[in-house]
Amino acid sequence: MSILVNKDTRLLVQGITGNEGNFHATQMAAYGTSIVAGVTPGKGGEWALDGKVPVFDSVKLAAEATGANASVIFVPARFAADAIFEAADAGLDLIVCITEGVPVKDMMRVRAYIDQLETRLLGPNCPGILTPGEAKVGIIPGNIAIPGNVGAVSRSGTLTYEVLYALKEKGMGASTCVGIGGDPVNGTNFIDVLEMFENDPATDKVVMLGEIGGTDEEQAAEFIATKMTKPVAAFIAGQTAPPGKRMGHAGAIIQAGSGKAEDKIKALEEAGVRVAKHPEELPDLLG
Amino acid sequence: MKIHEYQSKRIFEKYGVPIPGGDVAVSPKEAYDIAKDLGGKVIVKSQVLVGGRGKAGGVKLANSPEEAEKYASDILGMDIKGLTVRKVLIDEASNIANEIYLGITNDREKKMPVMMVSAEGGVEIEEVARVTPEKIIKVHINPLLGLQGYQMRDIAASIELPRKNWKEFGVIASGLWQAYNNSDATLAEINPLIITAEETLLAVDGKMLIDDSALFRQKDIAEMRDLDLETESEIIARENDLAYIQLDGEIGCMVNGAGLAMTTMDIVTLFGGTAANFLDIGGGANAEKVSAAFRIILSDPNVKAVLINIFGGITRGDEVAKGILEAIEEVKPEVPMVVRLVGTNAEEGRALLADADMITAETLAEAAQKAVAVAKEA
Repeated sequence: MSILVNKDTRLLVQGITGNEGNFHATQMAAYGTSIVAGVTPGKGGEWALDGKVPVFDSVKLAAEATGANASVIFVPARFAADAIFEAADAGLDLIVCITEGVPVKDMMRVRAYIDQLETRLLGPNCPGILTPGEAKVGIIPGNIAIPGNVGAVSRSGTLTYEVLYALKEKGMGASTCVGIGGDPVNGTNFIDVLEMFENDPATDKVVMLGEIGGTDEEQAAEFIATKMTKPVAAFIAGQTAPPGKRMGHAGAIIQAGSGKAEDKIKALEEAGVRVAKHPEELPDLLG
Repeated sequence: MKIHEYQSKRIFEKYGVPIPGGDVAVSPKEAYDIAKDLGGKVIVKSQVLVGGRGKAGGVKLANSPEEAEKYASDILGMDIKGLTVRKVLIDEASNIANEIYLGITNDREKKMPVMMVSAEGGVEIEEVARVTPEKIIKVHINPLLGLQGYQMRDIAASIELPRKNWKEFGVIASGLWQAYNNSDATLAEINPLIITAEETLLAVDGKMLIDDSALFRQKDIAEMRDLDLETESEIIARENDLAYIQLDGEIGCMVNGAGLAMTTMDIVTLFGGTAANFLDIGGGANAEKVSAAFRIILSDPNVKAVLINIFGGITRGDEVAKGILEAIEEVKPEVPMVVRLVGTNAEEGRALLADADMITAETLAEAAQKAVAVAKEA
């Protein structure tokens, strides 16, 4: 078991003929993910990944022909919202948007629309999902994690790799690792993923990687305190970040005194979460 | 991206928001001419991208073109919070009966824009929010629908705006929303929106922030970028697509990924050091980017050691190593360097760096401790 993706996931790749899309589709296929289709408007009828994956002009055509139930998006930022709307309207269950730099206005429109649908959106500006040994959807390097019972959820990319790697070094594996992305308006937040982990029989404990900006971690703390039985360990990045500056991620900014690391750490500790001083401590805190 | 008051007000005006007559001057003589055209009684306002201009003496009421010229001469060249005033806005003076705050920003939690209004305008809205939050009225705007007529009427009523001004207020609120939405703003604010002695509404001050991610489709606004605001390092960073923020510590950091870059700063501090910067070289960084990052870090005279922390994923360790070697050749750094390479092609990267004079580390904690130690020795 796992959450969001597994060996039965039938994935289509939006932007499969682009540089990044092609590179990562190849990596995902090599990991064992079942990639059933690619979509690039204007290139329908071609084949990608050495002639193994058919390319379609639209998500709707691709889904009808191949039974795809999930999509991963690698299109440029200016086309990302359109790609998400297209995947949502084609009725896919899961949309993972890797693209960084999507205008926040586009994301607010996306949320206002897809919140009325059953589709789940992950990202944008996220590394995607890895269920070790089963499937990877996105760009998380497959070799840094082994199957196990730790669920991981994070707003960051390479910091997540760091923690998966630290777990692996201690012989600990992950049930599923989910990157929710570093943008201020995204599709899935900590609480959504924590709830899935709480209900997943394959997950026994959870590691959560937050950062400055917004109040998602505080809300997660409230959820952990009231709804979760599984132990959670966390790390919050940006403890030394100056206020008012956007720290690389569009969402990583302390504004008008809100979004500080110390507030998040305090809220999590009060909820019984063990908060690490640095990410390499996390395996020990998970015990 | 920040834009100036006069630029924000010109955008508002395009959407039907009434603003005072006025123009921008870059010399006292120009200020005199503009003031004369406006009838003599004007406000001379410094155009710098920081708050607190008034307190710093950067806003003056002039009763004649001669006074306007004198104040412009005082204010032009003035230093306000580290920024030099290069332009002044000369606005027709208004007779203020009442001040209102009207602004729009994005509500991160609700994931939609929110219009905020307060009958107590003219003061810092953050201060009102802190001391008397009940005095701020918030109305969320569904991004698929836009601001609705009833919402504007509700706002007008809730701040007890005289009924005779409701229609005018509707034009202004709707204009501000359109300016916000069409410009990809993350903040658009009129503070104050005044009720004049003649009982009409006028936007006497304006402020806008624009979403950097949307500048590709806001070409006119992108051209308003004030290069005075950026240091040379920041310009190099922007041109090379690096996320860089200068800090005041001693250890220069070069990291891939924003979360890991913040973590690296944090861990340097945890082990008793101080970070000189935040620098994310991004995913898929190549030798050219790494070299630019190096030049930026080493141009900071406070830097006593450099810590390079790369977790290869999309970014390949050997590419980073090549960039480091190129940069060393070019910049000839005299400070010690600690390198940690993990992940994709890390082995190849480490082999390339074996002959270079660098300190290597296996874990993040070890790398930070070594960097702190060598920075202290320096």
